Amino acid sequence: MELLSGGDMLMRALADEGVECIFGYPGGAALHIYDALFRQKHIQHILVRHEQAATHAADAYSRSTGRTGVVLVTSGPGATNAITGIATAYMDSIPMVVISGQVPSDKIGEDAFQETDMVGISRPIVKHSFLVKDARDIPTIIKKAFYIASTGRPGPVVVDIPKDITSPATTFEYHFPDKVKLRSYTPAQRGHAGQIKKALQLLLQAKRPIIYAGGGVVQGNASAQLTELARRLNAPVTNTLMGLGAFPGTDKQFLGMLGMHGTVEANYAMHHSDVILAVGARFDDRVTNTPSKFCPSAKIIHIDIDPASISKTVAADIPIVGPVDAVLNEMLDLHKHAEEKQDQEALALWWQQINEWRDRYGLLVKPRYSMGDMIKPQEVISMLWEVTQGDAYVTSDVGQHQMFSALYYPFDKPRRWINSGGLGTMGFGLPAAMGVQYAFRDATVACVTGEGSIQMCIQELSTCTQYHLPVKIICLNNQALGMVKQWQDMQYNSRYSESLYEESLPDFVKLMDAYGHVGIRVTKREELRAKMEECFAMKDRTVFMDIYVDPTEHVYPMHIAPNGSMRDMWLNKTERT
Amino acid sequence: MRRIISVLMENEPGALSRVVGLFSQRGYNIESLTVAPTEDPTLSRMTLTTIGDDHKIEQITKHLNRLIDVVKLVDLTEDAHIERELMLIKVRASGAQRAEIKRCVDIFRGQIIDVTASVYTIQLTGTSEKLDAFYEAVGEASILEVVRSGVSGIARGEKVLGL
Repeated sequence: MELLSGGDMLMRALADEGVECIFGYPGGAALHIYDALFRQKHIQHILVRHEQAATHAADAYSRSTGRTGVVLVTSGPGATNAITGIATAYMDSIPMVVISGQVPSDKIGEDAFQETDMVGISRPIVKHSFLVKDARDIPTIIKKAFYIASTGRPGPVVVDIPKDITSPATTFEYHFPDKVKLRSYTPAQRGHAGQIKKALQLLLQAKRPIIYAGGGVVQGNASAQLTELARRLNAPVTNTLMGLGAFPGTDKQFLGMLGMHGTVEANYAMHHSDVILAVGARFDDRVTNTPSKFCPSAKIIHIDIDPASISKTVAADIPIVGPVDAVLNEMLDLHKHAEEKQDQEALALWWQQINEWRDRYGLLVKPRYSMGDMIKPQEVISMLWEVTQGDAYVTSDVGQHQMFSALYYPFDKPRRWINSGGLGTMGFGLPAAMGVQYAFRDATVACVTGEGSIQMCIQELSTCTQYHLPVKIICLNNQALGMVKQWQDMQYNSRYSESLYEESLPDFVKLMDAYGHVGIRVTKREELRAKMEECFAMKDRTVFMDIYVDPTEHVYPMHIAPNGSMRDMWLNKTERT
Repeated sequence: MRRIISVLMENEPGALSRVVGLFSQRGYNIESLTVAPTEDPTLSRMTLTTIGDDHKIEQITKHLNRLIDVVKLVDLTEDAHIERELMLIKVRASGAQRAEIKRCVDIFRGQIIDVTASVYTIQLTGTSEKLDAFYEAVGEASILEVVRSGVSGIARGEKVLGL
């Protein structure tokens, strides 16, 4: 058997696990690992400019490909810089393995240089973590880490490795296990047959059904099954922010996103439904508004891989714990032989009602913005959809531009919409776009951002140069923290406490030039389309579109809170439901 | 309502901190906590008492089960069970008090395990309520020091929490 050092074992184990690329940043405690990386040929490494970006890039690599993202950082500040990205992945259940260097075993606890208790600091935001104590354990720990990260409800796993463990001075026999088994971890493989049957029955009896699908459908690769079930039941479908693309966004059965900034038809349909089929969604507070007023006449079927998500905020009438694809497959099989017939008359009335709402309140029927001289952020997103033929990977930062993208860019495929939904991490967009572009070298990748968010990870423009990542940055520049300002308008009498940049913004066009990229400034509406087409025609360049939009624009619809129900919404600055 | 949750978990470094971390992170209370390895050295058994309504307890058990280190758990209070707590207590005992306290210890079926001219050290086991009652009976004025182990529990009858 081959003898390998700890560092070489780590690299070999990652290669044996099928890892193709790592996003990372070297440093003292990780140097043995980086030397092992240098001496191998299977795994590529992308050197970012800040560890937070490494985690976001690996996270988006995972979101777009379905594979587990891998991050490598050093101890101390390297590890703590990765924390925001780990928390982001944890909140959105993204499979990720983060390998952090640690000070040598005999120095742990001595406040050594660049020492931090990574396992302790990351504990509340990881699915699991390992501190490696013996180099011989590396292959098994790596196997376990990937198994835990990618199965059940996915999530990030931290593997903290003290420097002495990866030392080239000692070698060990290397053996990579084919399989690992953990007696304390057995994620459900299928749902309860009786519950699935009951659920289908309830759906067939429903007069006003609706399907509410979340990120679990995307993560669980169940879009095809969900779409098939929705078609067979002729049920309206709404997606959460995380679920966009799980059901085709341009389909007539699709009502748009639901929740705080959801469409009127989606929120109304939820509120007035009699049966809700929730799939891979978690009744988040940004969806439900006031839980006690949530959908008063609805019976709730809830399918989720994580039992802890079921009946957490809203009680489920028929809970089903299991992988969403397996459960939906079983439901589809049962449906083939179901004797019960749907009440077509009731269903027709339901659709009639929904279409009335659509005709009256639909986003595109009645734009939520007035057309003036200034460019409206909404029309930028609509144009982005047209110019990219609705087929781009769109990453987003956090704020108004994120909500505009979710509302005005219908995604027809899963894994195309990449955003930080749960944690709401500004700075996510650009490194995420890099991760996606690295995975799909020829794809169109657009990062929709604002002049606030982009500055939180703008250093990554340099990474784009080094690895030739031709992402397109669509910056909706309103010279303010738009979403903060919107809330200050609505709840704080327009007292703009620290939400304005005044004259302090950089010249983004010059900045792009400095990095060797292309910058395009757009201030006039009539120039927008031509410049956007020009931007996307530059297939091999990183391009930044600095688009000056109406700074007074708000995101609507918007839930009225506190104490509102799903149907209580602001439609624009003056009208409400 | 007070609940006693018994947890079988991997006897690994970090396992205890994950459980304790979960409670603080999600805002659950821990009233008492005991943990020690079992007859199988790879497993630890933890007993924790907490207070909450059914919804909260359901969330606690679900989140505990989600921890990779947790192998199995049971809410002992759902069924007939036995709970015990150990208390070591140092009381002032001089003059006529000595006989009085001795009688009290006998009534509660405790043992005096160390004696000086003016102090008794007493060992007492039982339910938490019994320990509270002894504390009351002796009177706060004469108590010098109290150590309680926290509750350990086990199901009555044939039911076993094992692999």
